[in-house]
Amino acid sequence: MEKEFDFSVVDEILSRHEKAELSTISILQDIQDYYHYLPKEVFPYVAKAIGVGEARLYGVATFYENFSLEPKGKYVIRCCDGTACHVRGSLPILDQLRKTLDLSEEKKTTDDLNFTVETVSCLGACGLAPVITVNGVVHPSMTPEKALDLLDELKAELEKEAEE
Amino acid sequence: MGKLNSRADLIALREECVKAFEAEKTKILVCGGTGCVAGGSLDIYARLKELLEERGIPVEVELAHEPHDGVVGMKKSGCHGFCEMGPLVRIEPSGWLYTKVKLDDCEEIIEKTIIGGENIERLAYKQDGKVYQKQEEIPFYKKQTRVVLGSCGHINAGSVREYLAVGGYKAFEKCLFDMQPEDIIKVISDSNLRGRGGGGFLCGKKWASCAKQKENPKYIVCNGDEGDPGAFMDRSVMEGDPHKLLEGMMIAGLAIGSSDGYIYVRAEYPLAVERLKMAISQAEDCGILGDNILGTGKSFRIHINKGAGAFVCGEGSALTASIEGKRGMPRVKPPRTVEHGLFGKPTNLNNVETYANVPEIINRGAEWYKSIGPENSPGTKAFALTGTIQNTGLIEVPMGTTLREVIFDIGGGMRGGTNFKAVQIGGPSGGCLTEKDLDIPLDFDSLKKVGAMIGSGGLVVMDDKTCMVEVARFFMNFTQNESCGKCVPCREGTKRMLEILERITQGKGKDGDIELLEELADTISNTALCGLGKTAPSPVISTIKNFREEYEAHVYKKRCPAGACSKLNIYVIDPERCRGCSKCARNCPVGAISGQVRSPYVIDQDKCIKCGACMSNCAFSAIRREE
Repeated sequence: MEKEFDFSVVDEILSRHEKAELSTISILQDIQDYYHYLPKEVFPYVAKAIGVGEARLYGVATFYENFSLEPKGKYVIRCCDGTACHVRGSLPILDQLRKTLDLSEEKKTTDDLNFTVETVSCLGACGLAPVITVNGVVHPSMTPEKALDLLDELKAELEKEAEE
Repeated sequence: MGKLNSRADLIALREECVKAFEAEKTKILVCGGTGCVAGGSLDIYARLKELLEERGIPVEVELAHEPHDGVVGMKKSGCHGFCEMGPLVRIEPSGWLYTKVKLDDCEEIIEKTIIGGENIERLAYKQDGKVYQKQEEIPFYKKQTRVVLGSCGHINAGSVREYLAVGGYKAFEKCLFDMQPEDIIKVISDSNLRGRGGGGFLCGKKWASCAKQKENPKYIVCNGDEGDPGAFMDRSVMEGDPHKLLEGMMIAGLAIGSSDGYIYVRAEYPLAVERLKMAISQAEDCGILGDNILGTGKSFRIHINKGAGAFVCGEGSALTASIEGKRGMPRVKPPRTVEHGLFGKPTNLNNVETYANVPEIINRGAEWYKSIGPENSPGTKAFALTGTIQNTGLIEVPMGTTLREVIFDIGGGMRGGTNFKAVQIGGPSGGCLTEKDLDIPLDFDSLKKVGAMIGSGGLVVMDDKTCMVEVARFFMNFTQNESCGKCVPCREGTKRMLEILERITQGKGKDGDIELLEELADTISNTALCGLGKTAPSPVISTIKNFREEYEAHVYKKRCPAGACSKLNIYVIDPERCRGCSKCARNCPVGAISGQVRSPYVIDQDKCIKCGACMSNCAFSAIRREE
């Protein structure tokens, strides 16, 4: 038996929005903010609450790049591959991150759910190119070497947490 | 702050704010734009404030109701634009700009500059051996004309009182009490203001056609879905002067007869969302926004919608669909958005920069606006200057400024002494311009003639180490990813074009590929449904036009003249230098290197995957890359 899904968080989120189709994206965004992805259980529940078809809701969730139906890692590393970052060498950084964490374009999250590596089209921080963000915090003027150091720091943090 | 109930209330509050603003003789403005924040500017802000307080110097963050002398104003300002040199700290009234400020510099800034009144030369900007103390004297700023970004960097971005202190909401006040909707539209029409979102459509014409629609309600929508990679002008306005955008939208609301506005912002701009939310609630608290505005009985509300990562939502009908909570897919036009927009109602859609131009035009008149830049394409334009250029950052210049002035005078030329090769303008919908185009004035009409467009204003400068075929592949990869899939030419066509470009950059190009690209480009731009598809082939067309020989070198000689396409490089071992240590052979992931220890090794070109591992591991620099 699958464990029963606790809808209290979703209920709280729904209570903050107008229950209509126009709230679809903001509701999904809030749910994703909490869970870091969209658990499959929320689809029938939210669809019913705001009065849209389940298929339509699923259609919206899969259309927009920011929504993920897969659980994401504890640290979400987004590597900017906008034009400015691209011409200043963002690909070697992405390659380095993927190689070190044994990830690829298809496999974005490590099996232990610690790291997710994805690309983003532009963060608008082009003056600091190339940049990556870790859970939303911008790290400017990256190099593959600096990316490795950063990974080591994050791994150390994880270990420290595990000890506590 | 209580609610303002009349025009007199607003005027009184503004006067109070002006007095308080002027009483702050000394101000420290720390840049709070995304760039400088990433460089640690918020910590610098906190440290400076702490140091002032420790020394018993009165500090003011929000303008006081009762002005008092000797106070130091501490501001988190909007983006100063000179992101390359961040974190930036500006000191007023001297106008000194400190660059690349670190936490350790804070103490010195307080002691020497604030208390001692001395400039710290170490932190001042230097170029070609010359020290520039004042911000306005720095070549990067000297050639700029800041209208839209006028107060960006000079006031606290998160305060309605500061916005009022520099004349904020004066234009709205004038429109609300002294002007009829027709008058407002006439001023905007006379000014020849053209939409800054890309197409350059006449703003007054759009407003007029929306105003005359019979159906109600009408909506005002602001496109802040600045998705072009390498463009961040709108972000800076939303972060640095959010009230200016609100004021522009409110004026549009009065002109068109709408009481609801929507701002659609990219989710990648969290700071912009935060500042806009704050600005909206401040304006509502004062009674400038919301119901019964300044006691007139009129109302206007502004809602914020966060995008969810779809570039195509920058297209009008896709954007409105997304606000409605649907998949952001464009629809066939006509009917146009002005007739059938948000929720099927008449909608006026402009981008951030366009709205931000409106208050100044109302304040200073259409004639003043037309006096800047060419008559048919007047005003200023903000550009995001990025790429392999010396000074990256955000600039604002009069329309009609040449690319040469922008890249070499303001941008400071190429970084690291490389040679200029091309500049990509207008993002994935735009084209590349080369050396011969550098004297073209930057305005809507002149650029159209050479097959480029201003787009939203991203300028990505590229040096001779950039491969143009690879750039075309990069943009095609982007548009292919972002294609919504509704129409066949864009969905399938961009995929085929991308496949061909990938093949070419990997050295597998075939005879006839270039011609096939041209044919596909022609078909897609003629038959795609929306602007995204129609302009998707532009980067390919313009790179083929300007750099055909580079394409040919890839296809026929399997060479990348810029040396950027790694799959086309050849690695060779110099037998003179090789000591036969076997390190390269051990590091080669595919076993392509063989030889006898103590005699020169050889690379088998058929097996080599051009990863470069051998070269980076060779202790004797015996391996070189041939391009």
